[in-house]
Amino acid sequence: MNGLTSEIVHATAQHLLIVGVAIFVATSAGIPIGIACVRNRRSGRVVLRLIDMIQTIPSLALFGFLIPLPLIGGIGIRTAIVALILYSLLPVVRNTVTGIAGVDPLVVEAATALGMTERQRLMRIDLPLALPSIFGGIRIATVIAIGVATIAAAVGGGGLGTLIFRGVAMVDSTRILAGALPAAALAVAADLLFGALERLAARRLGV
Amino acid sequence: MAGSNGNAIVRGISLRIDSGESVAVIGRSGAGKTTLLRLLNGLATPSSGTVVIDGLALTGSGLAARRRRIGTILQAPALFPHLTVFENVATVPRLLEWPEERIRRTSAELLERLDMPFDRFAGRFPRSLSGGEQQRVGIARAMAAAPPLLLCDEPFSALDPIVRRDLQDSFVALRDRGDVTLLFVTHDVSEAFRVARRIVLVDSGLIVADLPSSEFVRSAHPLIHRFLDAARMPEAP
Repeated sequence: MNGLTSEIVHATAQHLLIVGVAIFVATSAGIPIGIACVRNRRSGRVVLRLIDMIQTIPSLALFGFLIPLPLIGGIGIRTAIVALILYSLLPVVRNTVTGIAGVDPLVVEAATALGMTERQRLMRIDLPLALPSIFGGIRIATVIAIGVATIAAAVGGGGLGTLIFRGVAMVDSTRILAGALPAAALAVAADLLFGALERLAARRLGV
Repeated sequence: MAGSNGNAIVRGISLRIDSGESVAVIGRSGAGKTTLLRLLNGLATPSSGTVVIDGLALTGSGLAARRRRIGTILQAPALFPHLTVFENVATVPRLLEWPEERIRRTSAELLERLDMPFDRFAGRFPRSLSGGEQQRVGIARAMAAAPPLLLCDEPFSALDPIVRRDLQDSFVALRDRGDVTLLFVTHDVSEAFRVARRIVLVDSGLIVADLPSSEFVRSAHPLIHRFLDAARMPEAP
């Protein structure tokens, strides 16, 4: 394996790690946040607005803002992951809210009338029916995170962005492509994978 | 009970139903029939007054658990679309943590009696059923744990007259097998006579008549007359 190939493999693995950890955390936190937003409509709207605002910060600026922060900041992979988590929250939270709020109110009423507690209804009815929408949120979050993660190289986050930045600095388009093509391929693969899950969940619901 | 505009939907209602009774609540659209039924399973809360079932006021604490002893059949069957026919019917028994074997046996019996062979229907999803079949599953789901109180809100109104008649008959058969108290909301007088022995007429949120069905036909009340007239078959020319 020549130097560039092994560099690509290494950077791709690092890229996957950053995105994987960020999406895992964003999903584990985003779904409960989404559920809480549905339950408390008023504070839920405030939370959604806050998460919306994070999304409007240009990614390079967000990485920059995080560097001086203690514990989560600094130069390196940690800052990259924290920034990606913040970016990935919005699609997950929003789609969880949309999915649960979109459950047929008559079905919700039937579940209540049969004697399900709030919690039982959430686990047995609301969440399963919101699943296609939630998968959709994870899909969007992942595709965005794979793209944004290339910029993480600017704060020493590693990943495929390292190759791109180096290529730009050296005006070496082979090197730029060595970073850009795998990143694009990863995004397409993630889109297909979660798209399939989304359709699978939707087909089970007959929609 | 106040509506969203602050006007009372039902008021001054005093209704006592003894166990084992079958009561039909009739009235025109918007008379407050559905609200009356929703008060009885806690889907609506009275702004004043109390609902007492089995000597206990129906209030927030333990409401979910108490609803498992009340079978509610709503106008739209609203089956759980992601669950099979069997899983839909098994809902309340599973909440009550019955052994799986008993749940299977009870659900199979119930569906057979509603003319839905278990082998053929158990694994199907609601979207593949006709309206009448969905309504049947809704009935089975409400009755699966043999609740002593059954509340029905125009459950057959969306069905064609023949399916409707079939379902009324199988419903009455199910009712007669168990020790069940029945409250049946309908705007169809003949349906009221078929399923209940006592008829309560609601108009503008008030109970205007409360009679055994045998006396209902003889009542001089003008609204009762209009209901009976409306239900009469036209003379053949």
